[in-house]
Amino acid sequence: MTTKKIGEVILDVNNISLSFGGVRALSDISFNVREHEIRAIIGPNGAGKSSMLNCINGVYQPQQGSINFRGQTFSQMNSRQVAELGFARTFQSLALFKGMNVIDNLMSGRNLKMKTNLFQQALYLGAARREENEHRAFVEHIIDFLEIQAYRKTPVGRLPYGLQKRVDLGRALAMEPQVLLLDEPMAGMNVEEKQDMCRFVLDVNDEFGTTIVLIEHDMGVVMDISDRVVVLDYGKKIGDGTPDEVRSNADVIKAYLGTTH
Amino acid sequence: MLYRENGQFKTSYSADQQIFPILQDRIAMGLLLAVAFVAVPLLGSEYMFRAIFIPFLILSLAALGLNILVGYCGQISLGTGAFMAVGAYAAYNFQVRIEGMPVLLSMLLGGVCATAVGVVFGIPSLRIKGLYLAVATLAAQFFVDWAFLRIKWFTNDSASGSVSVANVNVFGLAIETPVAKYLFCLSFLIVFGLLAKNLVRSHIGREWMAIRDMDVAAAVIGIRPVHAKLSAFAVSSFIVGVAGALWGFVYLGSWEPAAFSIDRSFQLLFMVIIGGLGSIMGSFFGAAFIVLLPILLDQLLPALGSLVGLDFDTAVVSHVVSMIFGALIVFFLIAEPHGLARLWAVAKEKLRLWPFPH
Amino acid sequence: MGPFLETLIGGLMTGMLYSLVALGFVLIFKASGVFNFAQGAMVLFAALTMARFAQWIPQWTGLTDKLLVNLLAFGVAMVVMIGVAWLIERLVLGKLVNQEGITLLMATLGITYFLDGFGQTLFGSDIYKIDVGLPKDPIFLLEQTFQGGILVNQEDLAAAAIAAALVALLAAFFQYTSTGRALRAVADDHQAAQSIGIPLSRIWVIVWSVAGFVALVAGIIWGSKLGVQFSLSLVALKALPVVILGGLTSVPGAIIGGLIIGVGEKLSEVFIGPYFGGGIEIWFAYVLALLFLLVRPQGLFGEKIIDRV
Repeated sequence: MTTKKIGEVILDVNNISLSFGGVRALSDISFNVREHEIRAIIGPNGAGKSSMLNCINGVYQPQQGSINFRGQTFSQMNSRQVAELGFARTFQSLALFKGMNVIDNLMSGRNLKMKTNLFQQALYLGAARREENEHRAFVEHIIDFLEIQAYRKTPVGRLPYGLQKRVDLGRALAMEPQVLLLDEPMAGMNVEEKQDMCRFVLDVNDEFGTTIVLIEHDMGVVMDISDRVVVLDYGKKIGDGTPDEVRSNADVIKAYLGTTH
Repeated sequence: MLYRENGQFKTSYSADQQIFPILQDRIAMGLLLAVAFVAVPLLGSEYMFRAIFIPFLILSLAALGLNILVGYCGQISLGTGAFMAVGAYAAYNFQVRIEGMPVLLSMLLGGVCATAVGVVFGIPSLRIKGLYLAVATLAAQFFVDWAFLRIKWFTNDSASGSVSVANVNVFGLAIETPVAKYLFCLSFLIVFGLLAKNLVRSHIGREWMAIRDMDVAAAVIGIRPVHAKLSAFAVSSFIVGVAGALWGFVYLGSWEPAAFSIDRSFQLLFMVIIGGLGSIMGSFFGAAFIVLLPILLDQLLPALGSLVGLDFDTAVVSHVVSMIFGALIVFFLIAEPHGLARLWAVAKEKLRLWPFPH
Repeated sequence: MGPFLETLIGGLMTGMLYSLVALGFVLIFKASGVFNFAQGAMVLFAALTMARFAQWIPQWTGLTDKLLVNLLAFGVAMVVMIGVAWLIERLVLGKLVNQEGITLLMATLGITYFLDGFGQTLFGSDIYKIDVGLPKDPIFLLEQTFQGGILVNQEDLAAAAIAAALVALLAAFFQYTSTGRALRAVADDHQAAQSIGIPLSRIWVIVWSVAGFVALVAGIIWGSKLGVQFSLSLVALKALPVVILGGLTSVPGAIIGGLIIGVGEKLSEVFIGPYFGGGIEIWFAYVLALLFLLVRPQGLFGEKIIDRV
């Protein structure tokens, strides 16, 4: 296995501060993400990790600070624009489209790439049919990759939790993102499911070169698969570096890691 | 035993994405179309066409349009009657004011006008949803009611306030007899049904359903809520507008604004709920149900009444129908929120196993 | 100036009637989050019950004292409304507890149709009179300031007084009684209220009964003025814009919203209407509500709802 080539900094988070009413969720957070790396954000509950992801993603608008992606700076952008830039994400509490089956959920991730207009789709002749089949073929690759072939036509609401999480990941992958934001992708999973999910995350990073930013609580997973780690506590950054550096950082140990188990 | 998919393997995505992937379904559909196009015209009585088939076809079309908005895109609308009215009156104006205008074109243009009005009244959906949107659509209903009542230009300054259309002609064929009207409406329904089904299984359909299911997540994967919601209003209003034009031109012949009042809006909403939200078939089931129920009760209740020695006049029957409608709405919402379409799907599932129990 | 004031006062009176219906809405929404489309039908049903029983009681018992008959009819109607409340909770609300607002809205729509049909099946569809002894003669106010004085209906004044008393009564009920406190707790947070032992289904029956009581009072006043007839429920539909204006969760909002709509309708009809061919009353309230929804969805006094991810 060749060593991974980690590239230049593509995502720069500068001095982000976010408040809800009187509550300060994030205070002056800055860190960067390099191309092709796996960057973990860790911290105790309520540290502001999901809020940070939501800021990158355009779901929340930070009061201060800016985010720089490949030379483009933005501080106020909506989630659609961020999606167009090449970001995809999964949600901590699954945000699947419960009324649709697995294929339709994954196909909805192809939405930005589908160009036929209303009239072409209504007639469903040449162009619309070709486009639909083309994207269906792509989505089938993702289905193969995530090993969910048997559940293609099942309404997602009926799937067990672990599989729903896979579909969530699949929908994000369908967007062919440059940066994948994963919000606790392994929450609520048992050991086997976690191993599967780890394998998927590593494969995505390996095969497609996707840059990954992930929030995760399982320290073992974080230390194993991430290239660099950011540690948040009470909305402030208290650690930033490789897993080894972070593990031996006194502040981090005090706030979060405790003694080795 | 009969309804088996054994051996029906799909070797291309096109085949997998057909509207009726199972062979038995295709056969059944073919038979149904044969019955609809051949048997019914030969065997149906004039009463059946007038009272059952033609209203059923046109209201199915309207319910189809409403289902796209409410069932697929999750935007509640209580102003459907208004959009039907716009379609009808706009078509009337095109027909009457432009010499030699083909009826078909007038109707389609009526639909286009309904689309414009629909998009305008759909703009509130970008800021409000649910019950608030329902009240906003009521504004559309009452405003349009008033406009066609009071603005004389719309009714071609008719003294009585009602308008009428005669000599409906399509490609030289007169649509005068009940059979001709029936076939005309049936053709419309089939064409629009097909177009709607195509839309619903394409990416615009997925956009609509994504907005319905979780609009925050939809934005994150790149769906524009504005595009999705307004396109739903547009497509829905077009279909409803054309249905309105059909209702006025083909079914009623002459009409006043009261034909498209809020009761019509409620009626269509009931069709869509009872039939099944988010289901093309459901719209047809719901329309059939709502059209047939009063007729059935009209026959049944006096008969039942005479058994018990009670006298049921037509006023009482209409009240009982109201009661039964209301009770059924509540029943469906509690027991089967997905309506008759879900019951039908469950029946088909059981049919696949028949005669085995599981 | 005289005609303007008369229109204004007429509008205030109509508005107050809207407020009474809207009050029932707000009560139910506050306590259970349900948007009760059927409030108008409840007004009609309550009024019908009272009107018919006011006719039947003398027929059945031979009592002729108007006050006694009316009191008895009122009592019967109240019992009936409590029964309706209990049935609605049992058969409908209890089963739809976890559904979204739309489902509940449609369910109350179904209840509307059912009550409409049921009421007319039971009681017939003729127009019935309710006569509770409200003075019917108009009086003329301020004869010194304006020539001929301003025409005001005593009945409307009495109705205003009754409505004011009702609101005061309800406010006191919510503030000072333990049931009122429980209702407010439920309105705030169903689960928290349950966890401290407040019986949810019983609370809902109480709320719907109170709403039924309000509906009955509204029905009596409406019916006394207009006669009890089917069109009542269409008029009651107008309570929807009222609660949008006032705020779905605000009792004073329902009153003020009703007054604004009542006055607005009348004034716009008289002074703006002629330019548009008249009859703009039918949509004025709804378009006003629409504008509010676009600019200030929570209404004048309602709570702002924040959507969190």
